[in-house]
Amino acid sequence: MVDEVLRLEGVTKSYGLGTPAETEVLHGIDLVLEKGEFSALIGPSGSGKSTLLNIVGLLDRPTRGKLYISGRDTSTLDEAALTQLRGRTIGFVFQYHYLLSAFTALENVMMPMLLANGRPDEQMRVTARDLLEKVGLLPFQNSRATNMSGGQQQRVAIARALALNPPLVLADEPTGNLDTQSADNVFQLMKQVSAASKTTVLLVTHNMDLARRCDRIIELVDGRLVSDRATPAA
Amino acid sequence: MNDLLPFEWIAAIRFLREGRLQSLFIVSGVAIGVAVIVFMSALLSGMQVNIFKRVLTSQPHITLERPKEAARPQRADEPGEAVLATVQKPSQRVSTVDQWRKVRDDMRRRPDVLAVSPTVAGPAFVIRGDGSQAISLIGIDPEEYVKIVPIPEKIVAGTFRMTNSDMLVGTQLAEDLGVQLGDKLRVATAAGGSLTLTIAGVFDMGSRGVNQRNVYVLLTTAQNLLQLIGGVSSIDLTVPDPMQAEVVARSIANETGLDALSWIANNNQLFVALSAQTFTSEMIRFFVGLSVAAGIASVLVVSVVQRSKEVGILRAMGGSRGQLLRVFLIQGAVVGLLGSIIGSAIAAGLIAAWREIARNPDGTAMFPLTIDPQLFAWAALIATLTGLLAAVTPAIRAAHLEPVAAIRG
Repeated sequence: MVDEVLRLEGVTKSYGLGTPAETEVLHGIDLVLEKGEFSALIGPSGSGKSTLLNIVGLLDRPTRGKLYISGRDTSTLDEAALTQLRGRTIGFVFQYHYLLSAFTALENVMMPMLLANGRPDEQMRVTARDLLEKVGLLPFQNSRATNMSGGQQQRVAIARALALNPPLVLADEPTGNLDTQSADNVFQLMKQVSAASKTTVLLVTHNMDLARRCDRIIELVDGRLVSDRATPAA
Repeated sequence: MNDLLPFEWIAAIRFLREGRLQSLFIVSGVAIGVAVIVFMSALLSGMQVNIFKRVLTSQPHITLERPKEAARPQRADEPGEAVLATVQKPSQRVSTVDQWRKVRDDMRRRPDVLAVSPTVAGPAFVIRGDGSQAISLIGIDPEEYVKIVPIPEKIVAGTFRMTNSDMLVGTQLAEDLGVQLGDKLRVATAAGGSLTLTIAGVFDMGSRGVNQRNVYVLLTTAQNLLQLIGGVSSIDLTVPDPMQAEVVARSIANETGLDALSWIANNNQLFVALSAQTFTSEMIRFFVGLSVAAGIASVLVVSVVQRSKEVGILRAMGGSRGQLLRVFLIQGAVVGLLGSIIGSAIAAGLIAAWREIARNPDGTAMFPLTIDPQLFAWAALIATLTGLLAAVTPAIRAAHLEPVAAIRG
């Protein structure tokens, strides 16, 4: 149990609560992710993948059920505490990378540390440079996001997600917007990083080829977990 | 990134720098607003100071006179029964201030009085051949009176020479009577006094009425003409702070029982006009300030919408509501401060240009405009606060963006 990073117990999510249009999009999800696990979350569009990812990422609260991050119950936390917990324990990689265009690659990677500590310092730069080196973009440290390719931006986003060395990284279609070659590079990189730092990764994807290369495939259909299996290759 | 600055300042400055054109426009808007306010304030205060100066140099700050003669109703024998039905107001004669030497000496001892000068003033005629003109005859003690009205500075012909056969007339009176320096005029009063005096000097007080009406003679000469031997009709005073004249006047009136008329009470219309002018300018300032604030707010609202994804990602990465609130508040304050610095520079330029352009026909400055550093400091402070206030709504909006909605949207 010590190696448990994430636990969902009977998580449901309804929209339009109390109105005639109330719809439940997640129906009693139970899920455990362990340390260092690299899992794929698959399912057709509208199956509730993004909703689940938002709840796991503390960006949204479940209507019912409990969510534990590193053994800590999150249902009792207020907005400020959730924000702090999110910043320190979860790294995000989004489909549209969302680098801050006003900052350089290095500064984008420093951003989670800056938000947590309030002021930049030399240690942050060193850490950020290390991460950029890991994703192979140290030569681009002073480039703006607008001057980089989609694949490069996504690699910066991965470096940024790892800045505070979070136990959990959530990736929402990180390769959805990239050509096959870049997508493969980005995926490889995430696997390497996860293996090296024992980071738990939950990857939402439509790409079955990528899903098969993960340790575990969790399938969501119509808001229910319909299958949860380890991949043969893993 | 500057290691000395916290995240909020770094992000605010980067966001402003990135939205270059937007920032440029809004800072220019603030600058123009500040320039208008600063220049207008300088113009207005320069003009008012100038008006006060002109009004004040041709009259005393306070004039002490004997209280007006009043008729009292005859006492009724029984309560409610009046013996006389109507009380007619008596006509006012030129009369002397009781114990005026004592009053003068008392006034000289007051710390809130600068100069004291007894005068005799009354109606008279100047007669030349068939022509005559009604004048206001003012008898003065030259040494004392120049401390109150600097007549020597106003002399345009002749000298400020006052012997008992001399008189000083205004430029308008000289023109009306067709007289010049050294001519003799007969001065007569209703009391029966009549003397022939020599024009020793011609003055220009800057007011047509004063130049036509006032005739200055020696105190004793006026006493003779107005049949007020040994007496004075008023005691003129100046005080250190002209704006406090009314307060000092009331205190003197209470102490002496004399009528004390301050220049403020005498120029009530001027004060009404000046305060209307001040009020108008304050309204303009207020509305310029309001439109500057609306401009800052609208630019920041657009910026929040444009940056909603970035705000969402910052929130997802652990940025607190407070941090994002401050990022946008700082942007408002920085826009206000920058705008006010540039605006103050523009205003300083306008003031310098005004000094060059606005000149009297004779080439002297129309009125002095002073560059008051305090005005600039205030402008900077108020513009910064305005920017901060204008940013409150957009900042709250940014702080309450839900990260999920912001990222998806």
